Amino acid sequence: MNLFSSLDRKCSSYSFITLLLLFILLTSGCATPSIYYWGEYENLIYSQYSNPGKATPEYQIEKLELDIQKAKSQNKPMPPGFYGHLGYQYLQAGKASEAKSCFQTEMSMFPESAFLMNRFLKKMK
Amino acid sequence: MSPSMFLTATKYLILKSKFLILGSTLAIAGCATQPYNYEKFREAKPRSILVLPPINNSTDVRGTYSYLSTITQPLTEKGYYVYPVVVIDHMMKENGLPTANEMHQASLKKIKEILNPDAVLYLTLESYGTKFILLDSQTTVAVSGKLVSTLNGEVIWDGRVVTTKSSSSNGGGLAQMLVTAVVSQAANSATDYAHRVSSEANATLFFNPNNGLLNGPYNVNPNP
Repeated sequence: MNLFSSLDRKCSSYSFITLLLLFILLTSGCATPSIYYWGEYENLIYSQYSNPGKATPEYQIEKLELDIQKAKSQNKPMPPGFYGHLGYQYLQAGKASEAKSCFQTEMSMFPESAFLMNRFLKKMK
Repeated sequence: MSPSMFLTATKYLILKSKFLILGSTLAIAGCATQPYNYEKFREAKPRSILVLPPINNSTDVRGTYSYLSTITQPLTEKGYYVYPVVVIDHMMKENGLPTANEMHQASLKKIKEILNPDAVLYLTLESYGTKFILLDSQTTVAVSGKLVSTLNGEVIWDGRVVTTKSSSSNGGGLAQMLVTAVVSQAANSATDYAHRVSSEANATLFFNPNNGLLNGPYNVNPNP
């Protein structure tokens, strides 16, 4: 505490507390916690284009369903587009009822997706 | 610690942080040449953003889809609904638009009619990839983007970022530089290093407090 004692000896204990509080304030202010659970969603998007043989719909479904379980344990929601993407993978894997429920989840979580989701849902009727 | 001591400490803290805030504001203001004009952005108040695959003007063919796969996280964390990028890409292709360049030509009116986004984000990769210069390797991602409101076709935000990472940027002597250059050269032939730099470029482009995007409805933090 040489720095502070040279400035003001009497205040050194305050200064230390202040410095500590400031540090906590600053470090906590810098890290913005993410709103959503991310998991493999974006990695799978990358793989779908760079290694399509590996990132098949079945492979993606398995990873994404696992992410849903992990997100639940962390109490975080899935991001926008996640259920739309998963539904699309189910659709390509020929699993219509699972696809439908994903599209409905996306729409109830994010009403902004209604136009796109309804396009799929209407086609599936 | 007595209550009065705590009070004094708190006052001191407030005073100190005021100076700190003032200092950092000055520092930020000093960097920015001109404050970004968010008037149109505020008027349009977009909730949802449709991102088209970026046009790739670099020589690395992986650019478009590598970059596209890093775009959802920053935009959604900024508070927007972002359409599932793969679904949109496939829909565009099924509708006779096989490349990013052609997708960027699609009529905004039609996009609004079919998908109803509040805004469309058009991105162009100016650079994407790694260059090897002697012992060093440099990975650069340069991207420019504009956000267009589907209400009236107006550009409500635009931005540009250049992010460069050097293999020797961690310091160290010549021996280490040699090793890093060899290692990253080997790694680069197999992996797409610019992919990782893309995420950093996005963060700078969208989260910059001076000229990034305003927060959307799903981000509870207040806008400047």
